[in-house]
Amino acid sequence: MQEILELTAVDAGRRIADGEISGEECFAAWAAAAGGDELNAYLWRASAETDGRSSRLPPVAVKDIFCTEGVPTTAGSRILEGYLPPYTATAVRRLAGEGAHVLGKTNMDEFAMGSSNENSGYGPALNPWDRERVPGGSSGGSAAAVAGGLAPWAIGTDTGGSIRQPASLCGIVGMKPTYGAVSRYGMIAFASSLDQCGPLTRDVADAAMLLSIVQGRDPCDSTSVGVDGGVELPTREDLSGLRFAVPTGLDMDGVETGVRATLEATLSRIEELGGEVGETALPSAEHGISAYYVIAPAEASANLARYDGVRFGIRVDAPELDAMYEATRDAGFGPEVKRRVMLGTYALSSGYYEAYYGRAQRVRTRIAEDFRAAFEEFDFVVTPTSPSVAFGLGDKVDDPLSMYLNDYFTVPMPLAGIPAISIPAGLAEPDGGGPQLPVGFQIAGPAFSENAILDAAFALERAIGFDARPPSS
Amino acid sequence: MNEQRATSNEQLEAVIGLEIHVQLSTRTKMFCGCALSFGDEPNVHTCPVCLGHPGTLPVTNQQAVHFALMIATALECEVAPRSIFHRKNYFYPDLPKGYQISQYDIPLASGGRLGDVRIHRVHLEEDAAKLVHLGESGRIHGSGQSLVDFNRGGTPLVEIVTEPDLRGAAEARGWAQLLRTTMKQLGVSDVNMEEGSLRCDANVSLRPAGTKELGVKTELKNMNSFRFLERGIEAELARQRALLDSGEGVSQETLHFDPRTGSLTPLRTKEYAHDYRYFPEPDLVPLAPTEVMLAAARDALPELPGQRRDRYRDELGLPEELATQLAFEAELGAYFERVLAEATDGAEARAVANWVTGELAAELREAGEEDPGRVEPGALAALVGMVQAKRVTHGAAKQVLAELVAGGGDPAQIVEARGLAQISDSGELEAAVKRAIEANPEAAERVRDGNAKAIGPIVGAVMKETKGRADGGEVTRLIREKLGA
Repeated sequence: MQEILELTAVDAGRRIADGEISGEECFAAWAAAAGGDELNAYLWRASAETDGRSSRLPPVAVKDIFCTEGVPTTAGSRILEGYLPPYTATAVRRLAGEGAHVLGKTNMDEFAMGSSNENSGYGPALNPWDRERVPGGSSGGSAAAVAGGLAPWAIGTDTGGSIRQPASLCGIVGMKPTYGAVSRYGMIAFASSLDQCGPLTRDVADAAMLLSIVQGRDPCDSTSVGVDGGVELPTREDLSGLRFAVPTGLDMDGVETGVRATLEATLSRIEELGGEVGETALPSAEHGISAYYVIAPAEASANLARYDGVRFGIRVDAPELDAMYEATRDAGFGPEVKRRVMLGTYALSSGYYEAYYGRAQRVRTRIAEDFRAAFEEFDFVVTPTSPSVAFGLGDKVDDPLSMYLNDYFTVPMPLAGIPAISIPAGLAEPDGGGPQLPVGFQIAGPAFSENAILDAAFALERAIGFDARPPSS
Repeated sequence: MNEQRATSNEQLEAVIGLEIHVQLSTRTKMFCGCALSFGDEPNVHTCPVCLGHPGTLPVTNQQAVHFALMIATALECEVAPRSIFHRKNYFYPDLPKGYQISQYDIPLASGGRLGDVRIHRVHLEEDAAKLVHLGESGRIHGSGQSLVDFNRGGTPLVEIVTEPDLRGAAEARGWAQLLRTTMKQLGVSDVNMEEGSLRCDANVSLRPAGTKELGVKTELKNMNSFRFLERGIEAELARQRALLDSGEGVSQETLHFDPRTGSLTPLRTKEYAHDYRYFPEPDLVPLAPTEVMLAAARDALPELPGQRRDRYRDELGLPEELATQLAFEAELGAYFERVLAEATDGAEARAVANWVTGELAAELREAGEEDPGRVEPGALAALVGMVQAKRVTHGAAKQVLAELVAGGGDPAQIVEARGLAQISDSGELEAAVKRAIEANPEAAERVRDGNAKAIGPIVGAVMKETKGRADGGEVTRLIREKLGA
């Protein structure tokens, strides 16, 4: 039993295929582990009997933003309390089709709006490295479950960093694929032009395997195209001939000392493996946060209009229609969701559209052009994933701006639509002292360069040899 | 609020533009696979997509795009190389996503023409669901409960907006009927106003005749028949005229037409004054029609009313007015084509056209019928042929037609059975003429004296004796011959 939990998903899949272990016992082992959730990582868990027999791969922890037929799906919001979707998201169906069934639905910031999981309508998930600290967000439940040994692997969604940042804060691998690589059908929309589904896993090979299953064109999503030729398991052992660029346009002033030191060490490691490290400008990337916090709320303000109490989710009755809308949305949405819906509504309103939304879209185009220019000279752009290691619960809840700055290094990639991975690069103390906590290293590449990114990350992962585990409690 | 005051007693000119919504008769909805329907049990044609469930995404209906391109081509519009879908945001229970997917600043097509009216734009969008308000008013205010039927939600719509080129209520009605015929001939919609598959709003204003500047307009909604469209516009023009005459001026507003009372009431501000916060729909890629799609739309076009009118005029030699009537009234035109196809033995197109639009239309009205198809096209063709071959008189043929409308049958047999064949025996006719002259000596005397009009009673007597079976021209000729006039 314990041995099964030690296996990576790739290895477990091989052993099931070879008949060394059964899919049923693999599922049961993980269902039992998930049952011991003390991190509030799960909002719903499958029972051991459910899908065990048809398992050909270990079960998957699924962020509660993916619709699962007949299984509660809340997107971390009270407004969807009790909602049972009538259909299943494409990514989840593809996983089930390969014999990887749903292990549980993981906690998240409400409608994926947040970087700490503290915006969940069901209480925050906790960081397994230090339960006084946040796991990051919004896919914090998925990251905590994988890092805390409660799930072999997980899927999450990334809009401005929601896979990579929690992966970084929890010491695991997280990847945001190219926009259009994975179907968004059944993924509850936050910001439709940015949202992408991706893996949160123990290692790079597991991320590749999971991505190879979920990627692909889906007739239900007009914006999906898949990765041409599919995603392969990585094999690369060195980085010779590959050029890595550190963007000078992104300010390192707000980055913690320990995180900066880890970045430097990782860049040296790249050179040791034969890679070249240089600098690129990305002059517009620093405006990413500003553009992101106009575009994402604008799209969210429309995407969240359907939660009106008429057809599903909660309804707070009132004598007039408008009063019913107001009471329902007031009771169902948390403060961050309300803030962003108001921001977005304002940014799209007549007379302000050009000044906000129009301008933000132009910044977005410039950022995409910056990356295109960088990729003419370099194979990858690399940054710290997050400016800091995991911070304390409650530290930033009253300061939305400082919370938004968590996304400083992760926001430019979804704005440009390009893929990026975060891998654990070491441990560091937070500024001002504290426990040793994981630090993530981000590698971004051109659109649909998933295989190249995974290969480079695979080689680097081996060289780094990160094998720290959260202290067992 | 914009206001406009008229200077005293000028001639005022009506300026009218129409906004028409056409429900496309595709097999499935605009963005999901649910079947289109009308009148089915509520909420049976729904799925997670058209109910706006979380996580669902729209996928554009190819057939709807094809139909819209056909419409754009038929209206001689320029098709945009890349048009964009937008979200139009507002809260209402008939709008499950809280926004309608429509088109905004780059519509599918623009700058066309139908008849004398320029087309401003043509765009694709999805229909809202249907609200059923329980209670007397039938409207949301004052109803105790409202129910939503999502069967209609997501039905593909094409919105057609004209330039303000219409100058009167009757003209607007006539043009709207031409548009309806065009849509019907394209086969892209049921175009049934009562069922809402064709919906028409009008923008109405007045201005001093001969000026170019537009006056303050009002928008008229809910005119669900051509008659109501005309009446609504008439009523609104009268209301605006009175306001301008009194010096009060017109205010820009949206008015709801009540066909029962013929009255126009302003919609409550809340019902229409929205900031729709349009922005590009991120779930859909731009609509970029390929050459193949455009060619398919062109190839699918049938003969359109304008082309049909020209053909009737130039090839069949019909007078302009007759050609226009048959070309623009779809049912009548289709029937005319069928009769013409059956007219193998000598019935000329012009005679057929006259019978279809004249005698047949009159008989149908008389019988309280609408469908010309009550009379077999072959039967009418045969009847017109008999008239032209002088085998039956015009008058007798009308009697036959009345029987055909009432119960159908073969015109030749009806003529035979009722003894309506034209008198072809000159001896029989001459005898009847002789008897009629003898019975009307005074009239005969006046005709001899050169009074041509006095011939009437004698002709009448012949017709009466022959029960309309005699040819009027021949009868007149014989009378004149006998009286030496």
